[in-house]
Order: sequence, then structure tokens, then C-alpha cells
Amino acid sequence: MSGNLNYIIRRLLYLIPVLLGVCGLVFLLFNVVAGDPTMLLLGKHADAQQMADLKAQLGLDKSLIAQYFDIVKSAFTFDFGRSWATKQQITEMLYQGAIPSLTLTIPGFFISTVMSLMIAIFVAYYRGKGIDLFIRTLAIALMSTSSLVYILVFQKYLAFELGLFEISGYEYGFPSFIPYIALPVVIWVVMSIGPDVRFYRTLILDEIYQDYVRTARAKGLSEKKILFKHVLRNALIPVITYTVVNLPFLILGALLLESFFSIPGLGGLTLSAVNASDFPVIKAMAILSAIAYILFTLVSDILYTLVDPRVKLN
Amino acid sequence: MSDILLSIKDLCVDFNTGDGIVRAVNNISFDVPAGKTVGLVGESGSGKSVTSLAAMGLIPNPPGKITGGEILFKGKDLVKASEEEMRRIRGKEISMIFQEPMTSLNPVFRVGDQVSEILMLHMGMTKKQAWARSVELLDQVGIPDPQRSALKYPHEMSGGQKQRVVIAIAIACEPKLLIADEPTTALDVTIQKQVLDLMFDLQEKYKMGLLFITHDLGVIADIADDVVVMYRSNLVEQGDTKKIFTAAGHPYTKGLLACRPALDKNPKRLLTVSDFMDESGAEISLDESKTKKVDKVYNPSEEKNPVLLEVNNLHVDFPIKGGVFGRTVDQFKAVNSVSFKLRKGMTLGLVGESGCGKTTLGRSILRLIEPTQGQVLYNGIDLTKLDKKQLRDMRSKVQIIFQDPYSSLNPRMTIEEVLLEPMLLHNIGGSKEERISKAKWLMEKVGLKSNQLSRYPHEFSGGQRQRICIARALAVNPEFIICDESVSALDVSVQAQVLNLLLDLQAEFGLTYIFISHDLSVVNFISDEVAVMKSGEVVELDTASNVYLKPEKQYTKDLLSAIPKGIPKALLAEQNL
Repeated sequence: MSGNLNYIIRRLLYLIPVLLGVCGLVFLLFNVVAGDPTMLLLGKHADAQQMADLKAQLGLDKSLIAQYFDIVKSAFTFDFGRSWATKQQITEMLYQGAIPSLTLTIPGFFISTVMSLMIAIFVAYYRGKGIDLFIRTLAIALMSTSSLVYILVFQKYLAFELGLFEISGYEYGFPSFIPYIALPVVIWVVMSIGPDVRFYRTLILDEIYQDYVRTARAKGLSEKKILFKHVLRNALIPVITYTVVNLPFLILGALLLESFFSIPGLGGLTLSAVNASDFPVIKAMAILSAIAYILFTLVSDILYTLVDPRVKLN
Repeated sequence: MSDILLSIKDLCVDFNTGDGIVRAVNNISFDVPAGKTVGLVGESGSGKSVTSLAAMGLIPNPPGKITGGEILFKGKDLVKASEEEMRRIRGKEISMIFQEPMTSLNPVFRVGDQVSEILMLHMGMTKKQAWARSVELLDQVGIPDPQRSALKYPHEMSGGQKQRVVIAIAIACEPKLLIADEPTTALDVTIQKQVLDLMFDLQEKYKMGLLFITHDLGVIADIADDVVVMYRSNLVEQGDTKKIFTAAGHPYTKGLLACRPALDKNPKRLLTVSDFMDESGAEISLDESKTKKVDKVYNPSEEKNPVLLEVNNLHVDFPIKGGVFGRTVDQFKAVNSVSFKLRKGMTLGLVGESGCGKTTLGRSILRLIEPTQGQVLYNGIDLTKLDKKQLRDMRSKVQIIFQDPYSSLNPRMTIEEVLLEPMLLHNIGGSKEERISKAKWLMEKVGLKSNQLSRYPHEFSGGQRQRICIARALAVNPEFIICDESVSALDVSVQAQVLNLLLDLQAEFGLTYIFISHDLSVVNFISDEVAVMKSGEVVELDTASNVYLKPEKQYTKDLLSAIPKGIPKALLAEQNL
């Protein structure tokens, strides 16, 4: 176990050089690629004095090194200053955006992963039979349909005509947010279940032809027990690899769903920041996603050790 | 007469391959009496494993199907039994041990749980009772410190220990019939002996009927009461073991008996099944001159056989990492201070058990693994000092042939591409036409047909694929080839053909070999000199006949005594009288 703890500490220490690198990239991006922010903020008719004042106010008159260290400092203190567009505290904006995003993406992610796994085991049990073919065909049909179709059709029929859900908007606080996120979660699940079922089914079938499954059969175990006890745990190993890659998107939010349902999440926040050239917000999001990515891969490594005794973290 | 436990009558099994129906087992009948051992012998694809799976009701369906016959177990026809009934028989009445100990256990469960599972299933034990019994069983199959070993996961055990766990699972419910499908093929010779001894002790103890499946007649000679020989889905011969070994009737059986290299004397070339029977299966009279056994003489001349390779004090260390920053805390000495000389046109055999460092040594000579210290002088040039470019040029002179003919060929390349790639890399042959004609010539040399170049690896059998690997190694006109367990994955009959091929090529092209194997009889047959390795060190190095006939070190003697004698027990008893 101490080996595992050492590993986790080491991985957390890796955050430091990675963050320094990300800050460097962000710095380069905004100083080389982007235009002069004072022009953007004050428009074409500002005079030199106004521009100089604004530069001083934004800290842009400092040396390049100092500017870089400003970014580094914000990454480590989590104080990103104020938005140029709305003048709000960015930390506060992130917090306000993260809540709607996470209340949408986390349930969507968990429901779709668990459902896909269950359906995949079910079809693996009936592999080669009619029901297997039917569900696989259905999965391809689901994944071939554009997400816009789901959004528009579900909004019109389920929310507008039948009134089962709120059509759009968001309310903070539990449980008042539930009617608002329910339909987006349903759409999330419908969208991801097709590819997930197909992929998990392949993973499970890969395991079914392994030698240890033959041993389990030779013991006289029933096919159900073999699938749920012996196969599932082994199949979870690649499942973790696959799902963890998607985890950072939970933080970034589901851009499409948020904008169609007018949910004030991080996806929308990022989009409007890009449109408004609101650099501090974009910087904050870039740094936030880098941190999230590192933390989630660490989580996946820890999950591996729980599922697979062969994995030792070092 | 003892009771008949399992009686297979006119069994037929068909597989639907998509290209048509293939008969895997054709109309075979034999009996396994209670408390006796029956050896079922045949090469890969002969239908022997399918027969055993049929008895377990484990034929994968689709594509397989039992299309005729009966499998009577204690008078009950298992072919007609429902899946539910079969589940109650499997593991409780009939158990099975499989070939691959490395993969037969579930990697994510503790071995104690895997033994307990079957006890809880069939014996109605509670979890606690089952665990206690599992510990007893692990003790019985000779696992050291069973209390703590039960808590281990499969990857924390050696191959031999895993096979013992599989045996513990198989005997947990004291079955009447035990089916063992090549249970020792993947194990080292000393471990093989231990596992075989264990199985027969347990058979005595529980009075089990044992159906022992193997491709190697030598393994079952001293243990089987009866032998059944299968060839291309048919049963070609059956009878008591002594009769099979002394007066085999079918040419295939004769071929099988002759193709295994012996420890004392061998013919110049090994006999193969094709010396006894032609393609159609008809018997041909054996060319007596081929059976003449020869004494091995080792007298290299300084002119014809100058020293080609000289290894001096070679070390390969693998670092063991630890701590927060992954510092190296210790070294594992995989190869420890190895020195030897190898003359041109000669073969050095490297033997030893798994993990003794023989493969690491072979690879470090080619610098596929970087040696930590020492010299590898090839024609006087120190390979360890070469830079990348020089090393690449050197790679055309020294080649390696790996163990697994299935995974060492890229499945998406045709044989032509496989053979042309190394030639192109080393600028051999001026034009594509020249290279293709060389590839055709190589195919003929290794005993394949030149019109098979456009095929893909999966269209060939294991032995043919190993021939392709040999052709690929020869494509760059090498002087020196390392064969790393190159025949270990092959059936004995195919193994003999490949060994003969290697000898022919050596004679024709003056090749020098290092032949790495855990199989001592094979190494004895092909090598001029033999080095015995243990824990990274060479413990004995001498000419092959000296090592085998007059071993000096205890370790070598132990290894040699573990080799199955290949003499039926009835015959052995007579000889001792």
C-alpha cells in the first residue's frame, strides 16, 4: 500500500510541471496569437492615454516574465481575477457554471455507463441469437441519428406537448433543478448508449473466449454466474480506460445540450467568453481542464488497482 | 476386469466453419475404466481435445455439434443430458485440467476463492467451510504455506503452482473421472515431473479414472494403462501401453514413437511421420539406413571452425524501482558473469528452467536487451560498442527465430511481404524481381511451395509458420542464428521436421546456432556443446555428449532425471526383474 501512496503523491507532484507548461501555452496563445486586448475592449476610437490606463489596470504593462508569473499565480491560487466582459469574479462565475453543468453531466454519465454495461452483458449472454442482433441494430440506429433530432423531437413532444419536462432553463438548488435537467439527461443517455453498448459488448465477448472462462464452465458454474462474477470484473478493466477518457468532458459541460436547453453551465460560459474575447475566462477554463484531466487519470489509475490485483501503482 | 467408467461409442463431432462442415471427430470408440489411466495421443487438430470437451459437454455450440454416437458415463448418455444435468456432473463427477496454467485461472480473484467456489457450488459448503477445505486441498497439491497462498492472486504464483491450483480445483469434489488436456506441456521438465507425480498420487488416492491427452507419447509411457492414438479425426490405434510401445501396428504410431529425440543416441536426422506413411496415410517401408544411430563427435578444426562468437563476462541487470521518485533500489541479475566461445558452423545449446536467464542471454548477445557489462566479440568486433548504424548492418549477419510462430508474424502481411521486408532493409537483391525470386527459393529451401507467397500467415499451420520464420531469418544471408525456443510450441512430429530442417540448413550454409530450449532431449539432439543455466549463471558447459552422459553438477543430474523415460511401466518392471 505504501507503494500506492508514494505513487499518488508522485502523480500529484506532476501537477506542478504540467500546470507550468499549461500556463506557458496559455501565455503564448494570448500574447502571440490573439490581438491587442485593449483594442478589443475600448474599440477603435480610444486614445493612447485610455489604452495605457487599461493596460496598467489589466497588468499588461508588466514585463513578459511577470505576466507569465501572474498566470502561474492564478493557476495555483485559483484566483483568476475578474471577467473583462461581465466584471464578475471569475472564480464565482466558474462556481455558478459548474453546478448546472455537473448536475447534468454526472447523472447522465453514470446512468448511461451502468445501463450500457447491463445491456451489453445481456446481449453477450444471448450472443448470436435474434435479440442480440436486434439490440445491435437498434444501437447502430441510435448512434446514426443526429443529436439535434433527439433534442428537437424530445423538446417538442415530451416537454412541450406532453408537458413531462421543463422545456428549458435552470433553477439552482436541490430538488428544484431536477425537472430542468431530466430531459437533457435522457437525451445524453440515448445519445451515448448506442456506441457504448456496442463497445462494451465487444469487450465482454473478448473475455468470454478466455481460458479462465472455460475453467469456470468446467467447474459447473451457470452461464449467468460466469458472466456476472468472472467476466464482468475482468471486462471492467478496459471499461475504465474508455470511460475515464470521457470524464474531463463532464467538467467542460455538454455544450450542445446546455445551449439548446438554456442551462447556464460551463459550456455556455466558455462559448460566450470566446465570442466576447474574454481572455481571463478562457485562461481559467484552459487551466481548469488541465487540472481536471490529471486528476481524472489519477482516479482511473486508482480504480484499476481496485478492480485488477495485478496492477501495482509505481 | 474393472468397471467401465466412461464409454465413448461411435462419437462424431462436426464444426461448421462457414466454408462448410468439418468433421473434427470421426466415429471413434474407446473406454476409460474406473481407476485406470488412458492416454489419448495425437497432434494438434487431430480431434483429441474436441473428444475431451465432448465428454464435458463443453463443445462450443455453435459452431460445434455432436452429430452421432454416445458418451456413456456410468451408463448415462451425456450427449442426451440437459445443460442443467451436465452442470451438476461437471466439476463434481467429471473434472478437467487444461493446458495453459498461465491463463486458466481468473486473474482478478484470489486462488482460495477460486477453489472455494466449486466446493460451495457442488458440496453445499458455507464460505468458511469451503475456505478451510481449500487450504487443505492446496496443501494436498503441494503448495507451500497454503494458509497464505490461498490469499494470493494467480499472477503472484509460478506456472507450476498455478497448475497445482487448477488440479486442486479439479479434485476438490473428488470426481470419478479426471480429464487432463496436455497438463504439463507448458511446464519445465522438473515441474512437469512433479505435476505428473502429483496427479498419479491423487489418482491412486481417490481411485479416479484418468483420461490423459497429449501430443507426446513419451510423457504417458510410464503412466498410462491404455493408449488411444488419434490422427486426422480418426482413431487409428488403441491397445495396452506396452503393446503400443513395443509392437505398434499403425505407421502413424510408429512415426510418433520414432520422432522424439532420445538422450543417448540418435540417428543423424530425426525420423518423422512421413518416413512411415505417405500423404494419403498409406504405410511406406522405412528406409533402414535412416534409423542408424550415430555417436556424436565434437572435433572442430581451427581452419574450418574458427571462433565466431566470444562472450566474455557478460552481465545483464534489471533495476528494481522503489520510493516516491522511482529510484533504483536494487538490481536483479538476470545474466550473471557468463562467458563462452562458439565456433563457426557449430551449435551451442542453452538449457535451463523458466527464469534462468537463457532468453535474456540470447537477446543481450544481439543487443535486443542492452547488456550491463561485458564483451560480445563477433568475428573480433565487440557488439556492445557498436553505434546504431553499425548495429543495424550487423543485424543482417545475426538473426533470431522466436518461440511463438503465431504471434511473430504480422497477420496483415503476406508471406511475400514478410520475406521481402528484411531484404529491402539490408539492400539484398538488386531489384524487386530478384528479391521475389530469392523469396521463392527460400520457400523451397524451408520445405514450402513457392506459389504460396501471396498467402497470409493464418493460412498456414504452426509448423509451416515456423518454417516461414526460418525463411525470414535466412532472407538476409545470416551467418549466425539464435533459435529461442523455436520448436517448443510445435507438436513432436512437426518439431522433428523443423529440427531436421535446421540441421540441413546448417550443413548447406555453414550456419552457426545458439539453440535455446527448456527441452533437454531436443537440445541434446541438435547441439555440439551445451551450457546449462541456473539463476543467470552457466553452471555446466561441455560437449553435448559429456553433459548428457557424464553430467558433473547436481543440478544437471536433477534436470536429466526429470525427463520422462518414454518406457511403459509394464516394460520397465520386466526389465528390472
